[in-house]
Amino acid sequence: MDFFQSMDWMQLIRCFIVGGIICIIGQILIDKTKLTPARILVIFVTTGAILGGLGLYQHLVDFAGCGATVPLTGFGNLLAKGAIEEVKTSGLLGAFIGGTKAAAGGIAAAIFFGYIASLIAKPKMKKQ
Amino acid sequence: MQKIGKQTVKFDAPPTILQTASIVGPKEADGPLAKFFDQCLEDEFWGENSWEKAESKIIKETVNTVISKSGLSSADIDYCFAGDLLNQCISSSFGLRELNIPFIGIFGACSTFVEGLCLASVFIESGAGNNALCAASSHFCSAEKQFRFPLELGNQRPQSSQWTVTGSGAAIVSKSGNGPYITNITIGKIVDKGIKDANNMGAAMAPACLDTLLTHFSDTGRSPSYYDAIISGDLGHVGKEILTELAATKGYNIKSNYNDCGVLIFDKEKQDTHSGGSGCACCGTVFSGYLFKMLQEKKYKKILLIATGALTNSTTSQQGESIPGIAHAVSIEL
Repeated sequence: MDFFQSMDWMQLIRCFIVGGIICIIGQILIDKTKLTPARILVIFVTTGAILGGLGLYQHLVDFAGCGATVPLTGFGNLLAKGAIEEVKTSGLLGAFIGGTKAAAGGIAAAIFFGYIASLIAKPKMKKQ
Repeated sequence: MQKIGKQTVKFDAPPTILQTASIVGPKEADGPLAKFFDQCLEDEFWGENSWEKAESKIIKETVNTVISKSGLSSADIDYCFAGDLLNQCISSSFGLRELNIPFIGIFGACSTFVEGLCLASVFIESGAGNNALCAASSHFCSAEKQFRFPLELGNQRPQSSQWTVTGSGAAIVSKSGNGPYITNITIGKIVDKGIKDANNMGAAMAPACLDTLLTHFSDTGRSPSYYDAIISGDLGHVGKEILTELAATKGYNIKSNYNDCGVLIFDKEKQDTHSGGSGCACCGTVFSGYLFKMLQEKKYKKILLIATGALTNSTTSQQGESIPGIAHAVSIEL
């Protein structure tokens, strides 16, 4: 019961809507433009990094939580934020170190779970 | 044989298509033409550990099937013309390395099967041999991996994209036999109208198909109504519509007897393959399976098969180059 009582349901809805809108933008880019998925990925990460660097993306994170941090724009934001903070502590070199440092958990987890998945799974034919 | 018009060869003693064979993958087996194929696979790996090996096995077994169906021994076959879509045509050369028949590897992208028929019929009628084998293969998974994106990425396919047919078609062209006969061939030119979208091959190839079609009509003096069916290789739904319109603007009405192998092989409503089938095996299996049986049963007496090809590779599309198209035609008559 504690779990349900302590849950911020409005936060959940904000997260769902903001995350959903970011995904809708991606789907529109896939359907309506000739952009390849790889380019859309890069556009999302750089947009997140620019908005993060300007301090704008943090407002979205405060508002929507995981709805803003989990999509690729959140990764871009994390890179920018990490770089800025590292510059404060270790100077200009931090611009190169900070981003990767801040995102280290995510990057290592992606490699680790990707490796595990490649061991236990076999690629299959698409259904459509 | 003699050359007539600009690009057509007319055979005085037309070679026969003695026998055909086709093997298709599971998706094609769910399609409307399933009953016409010699073998339908349940698994796209076919017991192998890679798609490339599976594709090689498919072309190898298709060739073995056509040889055994024809009643010839492999020693009776003078040449083998084969090709596919994978880099350096490895499906054919690896699959057929134990075949022990003089081998000519060919590449015409998805037009390879008809390119093989054209070359084989010239070889046979010239007296260079008595029997020649033509084969072509493609595999959805190996083609996606090479030309588009790894399947593991799970990319969405746009509505204009086509589905590479998994399978192989093979035919034996012979000097003597009771038909159906290859009476004319029209060798296509490379046509590039500047289409750059690798997910819209139908639009890229339709102008090449039109060029070969019009040249065939003007070279032979025939009109579209001469044929019971005019069948293009893999323009798909998008390309079929474009070709029909383009032909109409040039004064040829092909609406009533024109169709496309990529349209025929899948059920658009049920199978969700978007613009239809493509690949060397599209024209290869639809001809070897469906069309050849229609000819044998005399439901079609005269057909014009125009296989289309997109002469592109993954590097050129990444570098933003346009897609040159090609189309070769064969008249097959009883």
